[in-house]
Amino acid sequence: MTLVEIAEKLSLETFTANPDLSRPVLSGYASDLLSDVMANAGPGAVWLTLQTHQNVVAVASLKELSAVILTGGRRPEDATLKKADAEGVIILGSGDSAFDLAGRLFSLGLRSEG
Amino acid sequence: MGAGDFRHAGEISTELRNNLKKLNFPPDIIRRASIASYEAEINLVIHSKGGWFQYRVTMDRIEFVVRDRGPGIPDINLAMQEGYSTASVEVRDMGFGAGMGLPNIKKNADRFRITSGKDGQTVLEFRINVRWPGDRRMPVYIDW
Repeated sequence: MTLVEIAEKLSLETFTANPDLSRPVLSGYASDLLSDVMANAGPGAVWLTLQTHQNVVAVASLKELSAVILTGGRRPEDATLKKADAEGVIILGSGDSAFDLAGRLFSLGLRSEG
Repeated sequence: MGAGDFRHAGEISTELRNNLKKLNFPPDIIRRASIASYEAEINLVIHSKGGWFQYRVTMDRIEFVVRDRGPGIPDINLAMQEGYSTASVEVRDMGFGAGMGLPNIKKNADRFRITSGKDGQTVLEFRINVRWPGDRRMPVYIDW
């Protein structure tokens, strides 16, 4: 599965300026605790979170995640977006809650382990 | 590093990760070094009054020494317990302070040592041994 398929099927908003949506998505992870994501998210995962601050970018970059999906209609802070663009981190968004979004990704075949 | 400097937190670890990638270090080593390094960096920002973050990379190990200006950890055994944290509500709301930092570092390191005390300076040292694929030599390390 690629980001473009997910973005289309779930009607995700794209915050990143020129995202490479051909990136593969290998798994999914939902958590708002950064240490939990650092410890347990797989590489190539989409990460569902309500955190919008800059450290989301550091975690996504270090873990080589496929993309960050902000849930509940949240938008990234300006500084977050700037940092994401600089580090090649893709930030998407959805009006759905993390629960609903995870459910929809699960039915598309995505699991927490790639 | 400055206390409460969330803006730059994670940058040292990102730079380290990028350098290790350029040097073609094994992916598992890079993953473990990134996690441990990030947690140590975040600890400095969240808990300390500022401090110093040093790492040294050689072919057979990645070593970290993280020192701060205090305020010290009164009970290290408690701090090592998963889920225990003294982080503020504001910091927790940002997704930090889950009480996983030190345990995560220990889990990913081959050597781990922390010394501290109430009103003292905390010194955290950890090391990741590097095994290169195809290298069957047993590594010999001098213990601390």
